[in-house]
Amino acid sequence: MPPLSARFIRYSLIYLAIGMTFGALMQTNAALVYYPRLWKLLPIHIEMMMMGWFIQLAMGVAFWILPRWSSSPTPRGNERLVLLAFWLINLGIWLTVLEVLIPFSWLILAGRLLEVAGVTAFVAATWKRVKPFGKQ
Amino acid sequence: MPPLTRWFIKFSFVYLILGLLSGLFLAAQGVWNFYPPAALLFPTYFHLIAEGWITMLIVGVVFWMFPKYSMEKPRRSEELARASFYLLNAGLLLRIISEPANEYYAASVSFWAVLLTLAALLQWLGGMAFVINTWERVKEK
Repeated sequence: MPPLSARFIRYSLIYLAIGMTFGALMQTNAALVYYPRLWKLLPIHIEMMMMGWFIQLAMGVAFWILPRWSSSPTPRGNERLVLLAFWLINLGIWLTVLEVLIPFSWLILAGRLLEVAGVTAFVAATWKRVKPFGKQ
Repeated sequence: MPPLTRWFIKFSFVYLILGLLSGLFLAAQGVWNFYPPAALLFPTYFHLIAEGWITMLIVGVVFWMFPKYSMEKPRRSEELARASFYLLNAGLLLRIISEPANEYYAASVSFWAVLLTLAALLQWLGGMAFVINTWERVKEK
């Protein structure tokens, strides 16, 4: 798989590991109620699972597997745009997550904005690769 | 496709249906209000879809498709992969029973609470087993 896909997928696996750990901690607390402040992890759990795990795993695999441009120096299209998408999405996740530590709602707004920008960049870079065989 | 992948995918289809059915139940409750405690089902509904359908589908296909770990062990550890299957499914099934029950009998730490904690541990172990077994298969060739 291309290095950029490997990057997306490694990050997605890390988010899965952290997200599942926070989820397990909260679920155990729901059962045994040992540390109620664990509920503050919920927004982090959600953001990491949705944007971190699902979306980035899908992007990594899509970037790898979708049809390529056979007669092009960049068979997978505009890789720099996809790399930009990667950074925008991850910065977005970190800002949204930071809000749990620093309760300043602008952080969530900024984070979501970056995530939207990142996903839009990815879609723009990937759209045309959804093509029939042979089409240039 | 390998048998373990087939198991993951077939189970994920069943979880999708179960998830959608619980969503349907929640929607009907929203309209007719015939069983107010039904609202307790929301996390269950959500995790049936996010964990049962999406994640298990991913795990199954990733196990099949990702680059070879090595020539001798193309999918790394078959045992660890099988363990992740049993752990994730046991955890999720235990969860869908104990999570609503735990909320319903919220008065004190109960039998359901113990089951829910066990479910959390099983899911977590299953997820970690998957991450460990997959990490090195994320590679260029």
